[in-house]
Amino acid sequence: MSAVLDDHGHGKDDHHHGDHHHGYGGMMRWITTTNHKDIGTMYLWFSFMMFMVGGVMALVIRAELFSPGLQIVNPDFFNQMTTMHGLIMVFGAIMPAFVGFANWLIPMQIGAPDMAFARMNNWSFWILPFAGSLLIISFFVPGGAPGVGWTMYAPLTVQMGMGMDLTIFAVHLLGMSSIMGSINIVTTILNMRAPGMTLMKMPLFCWTWLITAYLLIASMPVLAGAVTMTLTDRHFGTSFFNAAGGGDPVLYQHIFWFFGHPEVYIIILPAFGVVSQILPAFSRKPLFGYASMVYATSSIAILSFIVWAHHMYTVGMPVTGQLFFMYATTLIAVPTACKIFNWLATMWRGSLTFETPMLFALGFLFLFTMGGFSGLVLSLAAVDIQLHDTYYVVAHFHYVMVAGALFTAFGGIYFWLPKWTGKMYDETLGKWHFWLSMIFFNITFFVQHFSGLAGMPRRIPDYPLMFETWNKISTIGAFGFGISQLLFLYIIVKAISSGEKAAEKQWEGADSLEWTHLPSPAPYHSFETPPVIK
Amino acid sequence: MQQFSARKLGSWALLAGLLALAAVGSAHALEWNLQPAATKIADDIHDLHEYVMLLIVVIFVGVFGVMFYSVFAHRKSQGHKAANFHENTTVEIIWTVIPLLILIVIAWPATRAVIAQKDTANSDLTIKVTGYQWKWGYDYLKGEGEGISFVSQLSTPRDQIENKAAKGEHYLLEVDNELVVPVGKKVRILTTAADVIHAWGIPAFGAKQDAIPGFIRDLHFRAEKTGIYRGQCVELCGKEHGFMPIVVRVVSAADYTAWVGGEKKKIAAAADDPSKVWTLDEIKARGEKVYAANCVACHQANGKGTPPAFPPLDGGKLTTGPKAGHIDIVLNGKAGTAMAPFAKQLSDTDIAAVVTYERNAWSNKSGEVIQPAEIKALRK
Repeated sequence: MSAVLDDHGHGKDDHHHGDHHHGYGGMMRWITTTNHKDIGTMYLWFSFMMFMVGGVMALVIRAELFSPGLQIVNPDFFNQMTTMHGLIMVFGAIMPAFVGFANWLIPMQIGAPDMAFARMNNWSFWILPFAGSLLIISFFVPGGAPGVGWTMYAPLTVQMGMGMDLTIFAVHLLGMSSIMGSINIVTTILNMRAPGMTLMKMPLFCWTWLITAYLLIASMPVLAGAVTMTLTDRHFGTSFFNAAGGGDPVLYQHIFWFFGHPEVYIIILPAFGVVSQILPAFSRKPLFGYASMVYATSSIAILSFIVWAHHMYTVGMPVTGQLFFMYATTLIAVPTACKIFNWLATMWRGSLTFETPMLFALGFLFLFTMGGFSGLVLSLAAVDIQLHDTYYVVAHFHYVMVAGALFTAFGGIYFWLPKWTGKMYDETLGKWHFWLSMIFFNITFFVQHFSGLAGMPRRIPDYPLMFETWNKISTIGAFGFGISQLLFLYIIVKAISSGEKAAEKQWEGADSLEWTHLPSPAPYHSFETPPVIK
Repeated sequence: MQQFSARKLGSWALLAGLLALAAVGSAHALEWNLQPAATKIADDIHDLHEYVMLLIVVIFVGVFGVMFYSVFAHRKSQGHKAANFHENTTVEIIWTVIPLLILIVIAWPATRAVIAQKDTANSDLTIKVTGYQWKWGYDYLKGEGEGISFVSQLSTPRDQIENKAAKGEHYLLEVDNELVVPVGKKVRILTTAADVIHAWGIPAFGAKQDAIPGFIRDLHFRAEKTGIYRGQCVELCGKEHGFMPIVVRVVSAADYTAWVGGEKKKIAAAADDPSKVWTLDEIKARGEKVYAANCVACHQANGKGTPPAFPPLDGGKLTTGPKAGHIDIVLNGKAGTAMAPFAKQLSDTDIAAVVTYERNAWSNKSGEVIQPAEIKALRK
């Protein structure tokens, strides 16, 4: 792959590092850009906007649940909120955030000038705003947004208005975007590494993304199939999920979760990669067990395809089915535990400092492990049947999604912001952001374990009196958590506009190419001549 | 700086106060664990849960002990110099094998619980549960009480939900007709649904099973203590999902027999003569009750509905058009919408009554009287 992907009209010989962009200016620059750094930036800002939109929806949900009785929204709108909160956070906030990281970092970390398919890269980003708009427009069509949960189970989907169709098309677009992004990442990593950068020398972040990209390519078409069948059941007389026509509603769940379980790892594996960059940097010690991390990540990816029905223990599978999925699910604990132990061993006898990225990485380590514990409880089919569709599950997946993926994304942004912008963020405020997020996150979600154990179902707009205390606490925590994220926005804007100048190697212990070979901020075009890795 | 930390302290105190207020503000005891078990299965689940929690606490102490030791002892600010090791095959094999062994230890009781939970053979009583949007239908199929059949729905008054009246003790967990079963008997529940997926379950029984339209699934329980046990629908089933509770009353064998006797008498008394000819006022009064029980959630008491999802009946196309189309929709529902088929839920008399009511209520004044015999003729 020798092509230098610069279509902005200037010969690369008279191009100096650190130069600004040479194509269109203003808005057109962003629309037409094929630069991996610009596209990475757009992904990250898009994801932050969606995070805010999805966050406001979460606050509407929490506000309604502050007290028993219906106060703020009607049950129909409440269901729309839970559905859209889930879809927007998963597909609009978390996934694009890590694609943003991939765009910024993979070329720099493997010593490549850009992504392999630069124009496709532009396209895979620009699909997203349209998909996001479709999701939001669905609130304003007759019948409103679908109120079916982010899992969109049949046959409830058949009863929804045209908001459901808009959501289906949005999912198609998001899937196209993800698949194009993944093809780009796989091709870039396999073909564009600098001389001497063997696969087993790549930073772990590149490895986790390589594996994630394969998961995306394998699972997104499955989701597209599921929602397409929903679409034809709704409008074209098919009966994939309708028993009266020879179909089966449970078939939808099998197809959905065959996508849905790899999806969880699609979200968390890049986060593992980010943590594996941050922890060694602030421990001033190389990552422990690099090779076993690569193998553990691969085994998690493979296992993720044979555990899907653990989301469906209550559909009434035969006992052998329950047992198979239970055993397969508990097996995932083994590679995951290896990773946790490797991270601990990385810190062990290091020389630790606790800047904001490190705090978020440690927060991840602590809370993700907690999410793993509740995952172990849920993996046991008999216990899961007791807890299925209760707030215990809500608590569990927010520990792995918010504390796992989101905290890591925050950590990654604080870690690489100096490299991306050449400016430092305010360390004191960063630490405030961490501690506020950490405390309010736990206030919000820890108590949901209790209401779940006591039997509170999820996705209900109103609840029996015995759950009131936990819901009040949870709502207070949620508003605290939400408001704390405005501080994050302030910190980033302040850093970009008036932050102190960052050093080329801002973090003493960071050792990947973007820190050792490039100035801060990283020039618009980097590694046009590949570095040589010894 | 002094002032700053005072302010910091102040805001944390405020937060703690708010949380305490939230805890006190709701006068209920804190429920923070599984509900007390009333069956052997629920007991097994509790034991399994406690056993795993114990293991988790041990792992927690081990893993985070190491982490926090490292955080405190290996910091640069204390002058700790970084070592440079980054691999150790023996250690890595050991910590792969240990989690595997822990899992094998858990697998044995976990497998036993699954097998016990799925064993629905040799039941004393079989009851079919049908999920409707948004109520439960119960049919006693086999065993004492065979033939009893009723619909059970939320009895919490709307005023309490809308905060116009004080909430009762069993707010959202009370129904008009409770499911009654004898104590100590193995009850097999067959679940199915008429429209979308629902899920039937009672936390205290350790039992939960999706109710899937077009399919029959089953679960079982053997309640060991008499009493009233409460649960809720646990699979999102549309707008009133939060308002379809499940209440099971477990009674002694003698009380159960007495209850069955009473129900049988009620069934005999309530049976309408299907060939009776009704007058408009008579059947309209009956229809108003049927409407209040089955239609009001979507189409509203004033018949205005909530368009576009739930069309108005007052002056609506269907209710003022030919009666054949109107009866057809009530009997068979409308595919692709929340309008359920009522053919199996309501008797000929009830359907005739509710259609007559809808055609003669609000501003609708057709004057038509639909007789039960017409409905009977139209049933497929």
